[in-house]
Amino acid sequence: MQDLEKVKKSAQSLLCLREESDKEAAKESCGLALGTQHLQILTCGGTGCKASNSRAIAENLNKCIQENGIADKVEVITTGCFGFCEKGPIVKIIPDNTFYTQVKPEDAEEIVKEHIIGGKRIERLLFVDPKNGAKVSDSKHMDFYRKQKRIALRNCGFINPENIEEYIGRNGYMSLAECLLNKTPEEVIDIVKRSGLRGRGGGGFPTGKKWELTHKQQADVKYVVCNADEGDPGAFMDRSIMEGDPNSIVEAMAICGYAIGACHGLIYIRAEYPLAIHRLQVAIKQANEWGLLGNNIFGTDFNFDITLRYGAGAFVCGEETALIHSMEGKRGEPTLKPPFPAESGYKGKPTNVNNVETFANIPAIFENGPKWFASIGTERSKGTKVFALAGKINNVGLIEVPMGTTLREVIYEIGGGIKGGKKFKAVQTGGPSGGCLTEKHLDLPIDYDNLLAAGSMMGSGGMIVMDEDDCMVSVARFYLDFTVGESCGKCVPCRIGNKRLLEILNKITEGRGTEEDLEKLETLGKVIKDTALCGLGQTSPNPVLSTLDNFHDEYLEHVRDKTCRAKQCKSMLSYYINPDICVGCHLCAKNCPADAISGIPRKPHTIIPDKCIKCGMCMSRCKFKAITIC
Amino acid sequence: MNQKPITLQIDNHSITVPDGTTILDAATEIGISIPTLCHIKLKGTCVDNHPASCRLCVVEVDGRRNLAPSCSTKCTDGMVVHTSSLRVMRARRIVLELILSDHPNECLTCPKSGNCELQNLAIRFKIHETPFAGGELSQRKKEVTTSIVRNMDKCVFCRRCETMCNDVQTVGAIGAIKRGFNTTIAPAFDKKLSESECTYCGQCVAVCPVGALTEHDNTNRLLEDLCNPDKTVIVQTAPAVRVALGEEFGYPAGTIVTGKMVSALRELGFKYVFDTDFAADLTIMEEGSELLDRLTRFLDGDKTVCLPILTSCCPAWVNFFEHQFPDLLDIPSTARSPQQMFGSIAKTYWAEKMNIPREKLIVVSIMPCLAKKYECDRDEFKVNGNPDVDYSITTRELAALIKRANIGFRLLPNSDFDVPLGESTGAGAIFGATGGVMEAALRSAYEWYTGKTLENVNFESVRGLEGIRRTTIDLNGFQLKVGIAHGLGNARHLLNEIRKGNNEYHVIEIMACPGGCIGGGGQPLHHGNSEILYARQRAIYAEDAQKPLRKSHDNPYIQKLYEEFLGKPLGEKAHLLLHTHYFNKSID
Repeated sequence: MQDLEKVKKSAQSLLCLREESDKEAAKESCGLALGTQHLQILTCGGTGCKASNSRAIAENLNKCIQENGIADKVEVITTGCFGFCEKGPIVKIIPDNTFYTQVKPEDAEEIVKEHIIGGKRIERLLFVDPKNGAKVSDSKHMDFYRKQKRIALRNCGFINPENIEEYIGRNGYMSLAECLLNKTPEEVIDIVKRSGLRGRGGGGFPTGKKWELTHKQQADVKYVVCNADEGDPGAFMDRSIMEGDPNSIVEAMAICGYAIGACHGLIYIRAEYPLAIHRLQVAIKQANEWGLLGNNIFGTDFNFDITLRYGAGAFVCGEETALIHSMEGKRGEPTLKPPFPAESGYKGKPTNVNNVETFANIPAIFENGPKWFASIGTERSKGTKVFALAGKINNVGLIEVPMGTTLREVIYEIGGGIKGGKKFKAVQTGGPSGGCLTEKHLDLPIDYDNLLAAGSMMGSGGMIVMDEDDCMVSVARFYLDFTVGESCGKCVPCRIGNKRLLEILNKITEGRGTEEDLEKLETLGKVIKDTALCGLGQTSPNPVLSTLDNFHDEYLEHVRDKTCRAKQCKSMLSYYINPDICVGCHLCAKNCPADAISGIPRKPHTIIPDKCIKCGMCMSRCKFKAITIC
Repeated sequence: MNQKPITLQIDNHSITVPDGTTILDAATEIGISIPTLCHIKLKGTCVDNHPASCRLCVVEVDGRRNLAPSCSTKCTDGMVVHTSSLRVMRARRIVLELILSDHPNECLTCPKSGNCELQNLAIRFKIHETPFAGGELSQRKKEVTTSIVRNMDKCVFCRRCETMCNDVQTVGAIGAIKRGFNTTIAPAFDKKLSESECTYCGQCVAVCPVGALTEHDNTNRLLEDLCNPDKTVIVQTAPAVRVALGEEFGYPAGTIVTGKMVSALRELGFKYVFDTDFAADLTIMEEGSELLDRLTRFLDGDKTVCLPILTSCCPAWVNFFEHQFPDLLDIPSTARSPQQMFGSIAKTYWAEKMNIPREKLIVVSIMPCLAKKYECDRDEFKVNGNPDVDYSITTRELAALIKRANIGFRLLPNSDFDVPLGESTGAGAIFGATGGVMEAALRSAYEWYTGKTLENVNFESVRGLEGIRRTTIDLNGFQLKVGIAHGLGNARHLLNEIRKGNNEYHVIEIMACPGGCIGGGGQPLHHGNSEILYARQRAIYAEDAQKPLRKSHDNPYIQKLYEEFLGKPLGEKAHLLLHTHYFNKSID
């Protein structure tokens, strides 16, 4: 414990630069030339920014620093995700808190020479507020960050995730120490219960109650499982936490192990998250070396180890019973609950399964107290929620907001509104299990119960925004196509029912639908919800049912008028050449793969509808915008 | 386990059940018959499949968001269940319509037609239209093996076969592969069953509710042969057939129809109707002698002898140890199965006597078993390519053939088997039930070992349906330790112990199917009713009790066979004709 305090102190000095810069308002820029003694350059090492070559940025920065002989004063630190992925790769300068966006490796030299040495901000790399065109240098003043409250993401984009000392410097492992040394397991569970934390994986089951159920089971062996099988299309909350703050998961699992009486932890993570796997491996290794995992942790008789288990990426393996079967080497498919994993889980032993984000909240709850946590959020949903904001929105990225924040705040303030000034149409939450919410839901405070009542669900936190160009039938079709592909095939409603739903939707988007099909969709969808075996199946018709409910007119247009107002359903479109604009350049006809355009040069051309395959080639080639869809 | 009784309400009936009872079982108790498809449970055995995946047994439970599968949902105190509300009825109907929408509409030509659980449900639900049909059908494989025909297009994915193969039999030849709509049950990597570790026990076929898994039908081949004037077609009938065949003609389970069966076989055109029970007596002569030989040498300190000796009558069991325990190939008895002993004797001793050339003699067997079809085809049971037993048909196939040939089974007189290969003792008759081979062997071994007459031939301690039974038989002061297992999972358990060196037995009987041959893969379908198995078992012992001779070595025709032809048990000729050897078939 004393060692830990010592490390904390030393690490804090390392971090104080970042802490202070975080507290103070953005000052004038700093630089060695202006007398700054010590600078840090944070580069994003999340998967997204890495894909945009952020590693080369860090390498170039280091090279420049070496060349300029300032390595003793300037440090380059690779952190986890900053969240503002739309503008990545991100580079942040400490202590003046300058937030550079969309940095390229070749910008490194300029950053070092101009800013680090010269003390001059590089204007062209600063974020431009789309509202007023003003340049913003400090992220605190950006709409994207202003409304956020970061608990689960508290260390992401702040510490070096591969250095346990930095985590300790942020009070890391203090919560574990407090639990082991000063609290009984019952007290630990009581704190989690009083915090009001609910499972962040989708279902929203009260975490404290789950721990209590597993705690009460009598067994020789129990297990703690971290569900890191994040599978919603477009969701990367858990990945970012594991990449940016792996130690928080390790610490939380150990706390959970102590509370429920387990000494083995397993993290079920999909193999296609190599960076998250690497960071977790580093964290587990370091925690073992530091005695924060292993035997007699903090001199107590509590032992805890963590091993990683790799999933092959089946969506249904995020369902806890399927996940357990997969870990046991069996086919990844769910079984009926009860028995719940708390009674009979991994290898038939009591097992507590929690999601990554749930665990990430745990150390913060112990650090700040359950009252603090319970003071955030709504009546029945406490704390914050991380969302992966995507779709037709200006600020794509990872955000964390208090429960109860409205969709409007998320979309228009944090998200910066709809791309290209188009009209908002719907927002899809909860991934393939969720539903589509409309304009009338914009002022809905986001929490578990409100979303459920509105026909969607929290899910793991995917949030996809759609505009007027999105066809809601096609959106429903897209999600169902995903579910059909990811069904394990065990129960009839999911295996066959969803397939039939998809076939009906295909029929409608191909212009062959009837009004009777709409009734079939609804009846079948409701029966699937009512009869499917697991959560995946029971929620799979949600995208269909919620769009059917909220966008009934659009469905009717598809089946009755055979039109798609978003012009997405190809078979209902026809291409038209406006003779007033067409100059007869013949370029469209030359490019048409189906020979469906006739006309003599310098005279307006026409499209032969029977031949047209609606590929859109003509429209993309026309230099005079003479071709439209109708 | 808390055994507090639970009181709940089902469709306005109040009922009290023990803790742990499912809604389905509770409802059944008060006469409410909830439809099921994937669920099967044979009481008193380890056969239990309730994946809760077909969703036809769903019921409405007050206070619950969605419908509950009654086969797997346990009753709780104060629960209020509705088994036939409008919501339930609609859901069930749509689920059934969905199943039918992915099922080939081939009922008229399906081998399972008339005996198909899905067909029965469609009739019960009065499904005359299939609103979801017309979509894609899942594409799955077909395969014809010597024993089993897989037509996976018809699979409803109830997983019963998988449970039998993996949990009950522990063979692990088949399991669920692929995902979603393309999910199918197949050997790993979608290989052929014939390339897997399948033992052909046929338990998958015995539980398949639809026409996805059926037997390889040999009835047309048999009809061709029966009509061929150049051929002499003779038949042998296994002991378990006569106690089950009657079920197909409306007799209660457990009715013994031996005499009518013999008459029916004659009417069908078999020249001679013989009995596998005769060969069972012969098996005891050889296997019993082998037991005593090994035992005596073992007790004399001969280190080359290993015990226990395992029975080898069951071809699925032979397949199982050849695949799974190739290191233990020297412990099973080398005696051939009764079916093969019969074929071997019929095509040598009897054919010579009757002056029928081998190639003109067709030996057919009626078996409760699918592995027997495969056994006929094993190379070591052929002479110059001509099999000792040409082919085998199941109890079900025989019943179908009798119906097809317009034979009024119930009006048939009783007749006797032909001699000499039709004469048998009660010891041969009990081969059909688990423990029977052991009891038959004990009756002879006792007299041979002790030199005394065995007064009470009933060894009650080896009978029953418990998965593994252990007992000690007093042979004039020597305590013979006996083990009996039925179901290959139980067999594996015993073999694992032997492999570890923890053997506690001198002799072990193993039958692959739950219940022994009475529960074989070729028997009339039990549809999950274990009472049928119990009734067949009682009939087997009743058949034994009514026989004038109860010990195999007392069979006069067996004695004559040794005198005229074989010489002595384990002799040179017996070795050539009545014994075999085993192969390492392990798959890596």
